[in-house]
Amino acid sequence: MAVKIKIPTPLQKLTGNKAEFISEGGNIRELIENLEKEYPGLKERLYDKEGKLRRFINIYVNEEDVRFLQRDATPLKDGDEVSIIPAIAGGGK
Amino acid sequence: MKLTDEQIERYSRQIILPDVGGKGQEKLLKGSVLIIGAGGLGSPAALYLACAGVGKIGIVDSDKVELNNLQRQILHSTDDVGRPKSESAKERLNNINGDVEVVPYHTRITSKNILDIIKGYDIIVDGSDNFPTRYLVNDACVISKKPLSHGGIFRFDGQAITILPGESACYRCLFHEPPPPGLVPSCQEAGILGAVAGIIGVIQANEALKYILGIGELLTGSLLVFNALDSSFRKVKVPMNPDCPVCGKNPAITELIDYEEFCQVRPRPAVDGSDR
Repeated sequence: MAVKIKIPTPLQKLTGNKAEFISEGGNIRELIENLEKEYPGLKERLYDKEGKLRRFINIYVNEEDVRFLQRDATPLKDGDEVSIIPAIAGGGK
Repeated sequence: MKLTDEQIERYSRQIILPDVGGKGQEKLLKGSVLIIGAGGLGSPAALYLACAGVGKIGIVDSDKVELNNLQRQILHSTDDVGRPKSESAKERLNNINGDVEVVPYHTRITSKNILDIIKGYDIIVDGSDNFPTRYLVNDACVISKKPLSHGGIFRFDGQAITILPGESACYRCLFHEPPPPGLVPSCQEAGILGAVAGIIGVIQANEALKYILGIGELLTGSLLVFNALDSSFRKVKVPMNPDCPVCGKNPAITELIDYEEFCQVRPRPAVDGSDR
């Protein structure tokens, strides 16, 4: 399944400063495995040591948080937009 | 409360709005907002709230104005360098609008003082600059059932969400816990354009005004995500999380936590000043 993925600023170092591109995967886990091959290091920013998605970074399929779908088993279909959105704390102080 | 002629003139452009009117203006003049952090987010938020005639504005900030703040912290001027930000903010806001009672808190917000400070306000605007404070503010607002407008920025990204405790998702429903120290670049490394902070801070002011006026739809149940480089705004859904550690069915957090400060280059004591 070809999906559009949006990478947040803090992770763009790992994607050669790319904010948005097309990738493949039948579900979120497969998508992340594919991304890891192309952009090593991305996976460990998304999963903790126990292999669970981290609790301060969320993944959305279109507008829906995958935690309320099937987490990383959430299926993807052609044309879906996957966004990675981390907690950000800056207040411009 | 009866509006004076001067007030009718001063606020005429918003009083003529069908959703505001004289009644709305009276609500604003009786309303109160606490702003945590008089920085890049808190500055524009405070200015618009004062201009609109919000009757009482509290400003919490323990820092003093530095020259490198002025690029984005539009409450303060060159002459203010070295002064406490809360005082500089009070003077500026009073100069703009004498209707506003400005309450400066030149203190660091902690688990010990936060409940007392937020108690006297209708809604809280979080413009702080670090995860420990953000989670502390969220938890305190949930525990006190106090509405909260959250805004955050990182380089060219901005986020905002409004939280009505018990009715809409809280920040921990969205992001369960803060990242451990070291996983997120420090504030000083990150950099920020003043205008990006301005956009998010003004959204927070708008949320506070809507809340006090009781108009429109608040930014509850969804996270607004702004990117300054492509000028895009998006919303993603944020449902209430039954497993939320502070507002879920079986909350694990029943008292406030002072997380270790990590968004600092210099080592500092724990947020509450204790030596834990």
